[in-house]
Amino acid sequence: MKKINVLIVDDSSVMRKIVERSLRQANLEIAEVLEAGNGAEALAVLKARPVDLILSDINMPVMDGIEFVRQFSGQSTQKIPIVMVTTEGSESRVVEALGCGARAYIRKPFTPDQIRERVAPLVEVMT
Amino acid sequence: MSRAGLEIKKVQPATAWASVLQIAVTEVFEMMVGTRVLPLEQSEVPVSSEVTAMVGLAGKLCGALSLRCSAHTAVQIAGRMMPDALPDNGNPSQVFDAMGEICNMVAGNFKAKIACLAEGCLLSVPTVISGGDYRTHTLVDSETVEIQVRFEGSPISVALDVQS
Repeated sequence: MKKINVLIVDDSSVMRKIVERSLRQANLEIAEVLEAGNGAEALAVLKARPVDLILSDINMPVMDGIEFVRQFSGQSTQKIPIVMVTTEGSESRVVEALGCGARAYIRKPFTPDQIRERVAPLVEVMT
Repeated sequence: MSRAGLEIKKVQPATAWASVLQIAVTEVFEMMVGTRVLPLEQSEVPVSSEVTAMVGLAGKLCGALSLRCSAHTAVQIAGRMMPDALPDNGNPSQVFDAMGEICNMVAGNFKAKIACLAEGCLLSVPTVISGGDYRTHTLVDSETVEIQVRFEGSPISVALDVQS
């Protein structure tokens, strides 16, 4: 499997490290991990660096995850899968995120197995 | 709370909420800290408030969820969450970040387990207070659901204060 570049978007640096660790524990082949603290930072990172997968929180300052997904999906012609990783598990938020362009949704707390179940199919399709 | 065109019926604590909160805390610590916490009926010593993480809730339930422990315990928790990244003496900003995230996840996990709160109850971004010499005062009548757990020998208090 081709190694992938991943962007992790969360205002918590601790959570970004935990998500990265969970991705590696899920046996995903990762080349590089990029990080952003909010949606606006994520859009700036994506303008400069290509990635193969994005994992994003929802509740963040400056630009939340829903708005980030909406703007990125509207701006980009690339079909980069976005997975929401968040404490917000209400059905309405899930529907909203998926409607904006997210491909999957993982609620915190999560296990590496849950990460693998949601993310691996998206990565396998790409590679 | 009501406003023209919008009425939210508030939810009050139920007797089962302490058990649900216990489960929510246990799951978060097992999945994200990699540690099993044990329920405490009552701590033999008062639970330290050297580090307090708080998350606000609004909507069908208005209040706050707080998580209190000693500074040493907070460093241990952060160290378990980030075993490869945290210096042994604990980077304060990362410790506070870790505590805020734990509190955030406990609040979200609890909310998800209460059917009437899954929709219509939002969480604030976490706040972390360092230094235990403080008291909180709610300006409206409130009810508290509190549990204590033992994390590697040290007590942690988790309290849900709900406005009546």
